[in-house]
Amino acid sequence: MGKSKSAYSEPGKLGKLENHIIVVWVDNEAGVLARVAGLFSGRGYNIESLAVAEVDKKKHISRITIVTSGTPQVIEQIKLQLRKLIPVHKVADFKSNDQKILFKELALIKIVSSKKNREKARKVCKKYNSIILDKSKNSFVIQVTALRRDIDKLIETLGPLGLVSASRTGAVAMTRGSEIFK
Amino acid sequence: MGKLFSGAEIVFKVLEHHKVEHIFGYPGGAVLPIYDELKNHKTIKHILARHEQGAGHAAEGYARSSGKPGVMLVTSGPGATNAVTALTDAYMDSVPIVCISGQVPTHLIGTDAFQECDTTGITRPCTKHNWLVKDVKDLARVINLAFEVATTGRPGPVLVDIPKDIQFKKTKFVLKSKNKKKLNGKVNDKVSINEVDQVINLMKKSSKPVFYTGGGVINSGPEASKLLRELVSLTGFPITSTLQGLGAYPGDDPLFLGMLGMHGTYEANNAMYNCDLMINIGARFDDRITGKVDEFSPKSKKIHVDIDPSSIGKNIKVDLAIVSDVESFLKTLNKRFKEKNKDFLNSNKSNISTWWKDIDKWRQKKSLNYKNSKEVIKPQYAVQRLYELSKDKDVYITTEVGQHQMWAAQHYKFNKPNRWMTSGGLGTMGYGLPAAVGVQVANPGKLVIDIAGEASVLMTMQEMSTAVQYKLPIKIFILNNQYMGMVRQWQELLHEKNYSESYTAALPNFVKLAEAYGCIGIQAKKPDELDEKIKEMINVNKPVIFDCLVDPMENCFPMIPSGKPHNQMLLGPEDEKEEVSDEGKTLV
Ligand SMILES: Cc1ncc(C[n+]2csc(CCOP(=O)(O)OP(=O)(O)O)c2C)c(N)n1
Ligand SMILES: [Mg+2]
Repeated sequence: MGKSKSAYSEPGKLGKLENHIIVVWVDNEAGVLARVAGLFSGRGYNIESLAVAEVDKKKHISRITIVTSGTPQVIEQIKLQLRKLIPVHKVADFKSNDQKILFKELALIKIVSSKKNREKARKVCKKYNSIILDKSKNSFVIQVTALRRDIDKLIETLGPLGLVSASRTGAVAMTRGSEIFK
Repeated sequence: MGKLFSGAEIVFKVLEHHKVEHIFGYPGGAVLPIYDELKNHKTIKHILARHEQGAGHAAEGYARSSGKPGVMLVTSGPGATNAVTALTDAYMDSVPIVCISGQVPTHLIGTDAFQECDTTGITRPCTKHNWLVKDVKDLARVINLAFEVATTGRPGPVLVDIPKDIQFKKTKFVLKSKNKKKLNGKVNDKVSINEVDQVINLMKKSSKPVFYTGGGVINSGPEASKLLRELVSLTGFPITSTLQGLGAYPGDDPLFLGMLGMHGTYEANNAMYNCDLMINIGARFDDRITGKVDEFSPKSKKIHVDIDPSSIGKNIKVDLAIVSDVESFLKTLNKRFKEKNKDFLNSNKSNISTWWKDIDKWRQKKSLNYKNSKEVIKPQYAVQRLYELSKDKDVYITTEVGQHQMWAAQHYKFNKPNRWMTSGGLGTMGYGLPAAVGVQVANPGKLVIDIAGEASVLMTMQEMSTAVQYKLPIKIFILNNQYMGMVRQWQELLHEKNYSESYTAALPNFVKLAEAYGCIGIQAKKPDELDEKIKEMINVNKPVIFDCLVDPMENCFPMIPSGKPHNQMLLGPEDEKEEVSDEGKTLV
């Protein structure tokens, strides 16, 4: 008899991890974010980013967008567990490479550097719907919107050009065309 | 203008609306207004526990034996934290509990006030939902909703935290019973004919079917058990049950294979492993059942019927998933089955006859056998005698957690639902004694026995005082092996007999302890005095602590060792070394 020193079974084979975006509509009430976040931490699910704000003032509905990864079985569990929460109205889920869905993150980036480096930095940002929000004689604050990995890359490039601070949101998502999330 | 009611009055008005007759609780500063109001509500009886955990398990025992939600009332801070074990237990085993807790006044919340704790924060992961009521106008609606959430869909505990100032504040009392917003977990109970036909098709094609049923059948109500019995008799298929499902199907019926899982019977586990069709009704593929997931029942098609969509596909992939309450599923299935298949039982007999032969072969192993003794009481023998001497009564059994719990599940045969209360999901030592208190409150005049371990029972022994106060003649039948037997068994099998801290030195004298509480103490030391003393216990109309001294080194078999599939069971002590030998084992 082979001896395992545990009262529990050993882990089985792991499925392949997939990246997903999960959108949750919830009652905007006290503790609702803690319920959602607690569900993820309590069951060992992963949260890469999270964005939340009220989207319906009258009905007090907030929309939470969560970027996560997991095996197909885990992703399914996440949705089913979320649906069991009382303040949750609906849950939508997409693979992060779904072409029918737009994903965007926003970042505010502060550059403090020489004129030459500032010029360079502005140029690099151009590709990402950049808007200068503030300027001084040796700095500027720029807003960009892009995918997470693009912003990752951008921040890396801006490092030597005088990036001193970056502030980022989680991803938000929207369907293309006239359809809406069901 | 309508009459105004205080928050405390509103609490009782909603309890009355839900026909609550008993609440289990413990007072304290932050719930005093509610306790003050108690005197004005004669239809509601408060049972004073000796610890909030005890109140919680009592509420669980009450709920599980009656089918009604259990209600508990605790104070803020330590009152609420003491309730957490019971709430978690109820959450794991799907027991409907409404817990009302007091909280410090709203203006002090967040200031680390005396006996303040973040009750809704602490209990968020162990309740279906919880509420902190900050406006007395919300109170009636919230408590009403709390009952609805606790009792609908997959049942479970909920908590309503009421700050003290809200208990004093006055408002109008309105109870709208609209609120038919989708309640999560509450599914439309319409099983489609198409789904049912798929089930029937699979049943017809199968030559090695097995029903695997669980606590969902019990939670669905007594009608579900009746329908299950009908379905089994229509098909002639073998049936096994989880720990929580015991009693849904008669334990002494020839089609019943006994309990499955880690300490289930050889025939049940082998049937699960070798079947070609598994019909899971109201069970959740818990890890104590499946063992190693990758090798779980490799050759079968699996049907899973569960009211909780998140239970389906969580641990085991299934071929046909049906989200439904058990009763409504079985109602539709049985009706359709009878319409479509006249005389299925006989026409299908030959189809499953080899399967029954296999099962009979496994049965021949007599996996629940053990070697009896004339000198010392074997724990299995004690449970068997208890069963034989009490089975003519309508008995309610609770247990603690450990070997005794498994021996009770193996050797006590249940014929009715709601007669078996045990902590399965959480495995809470200390559950059984207070649960017995709750069971006896719900079922006056019935015989209620806690089959206990001496270590577990010391965790909530204080509730004997509750039993005495309310004249609840519960019987605490302790299988006293002086060890945390289940821990010792694992240490013997897996940790080279290093019995680290699993022996309890300085156990109390249980007979004197019983007397100190004002109840009856009985001790049995030898097999030949057992029957006499059990009868004495059953016949006395007072709470009893029965100290049954049993073999300290007995192990609980059969067992599936950790991480093994169902077809690799250990049948007995000899089995650790070599092939099973059936010799020397006697069935009493
Ligand atoms: C509250 C709690 N603490 C620890 C455990 C771990 N545990 C499981 S069984 C067991 C021993 C129980 O001993 P006893 O009540 O004497 O029962 P026996 O196994 O001897 O029949 C322990 C410590 C538990 N289940 N619950
Ligand atoms: Mg013991």
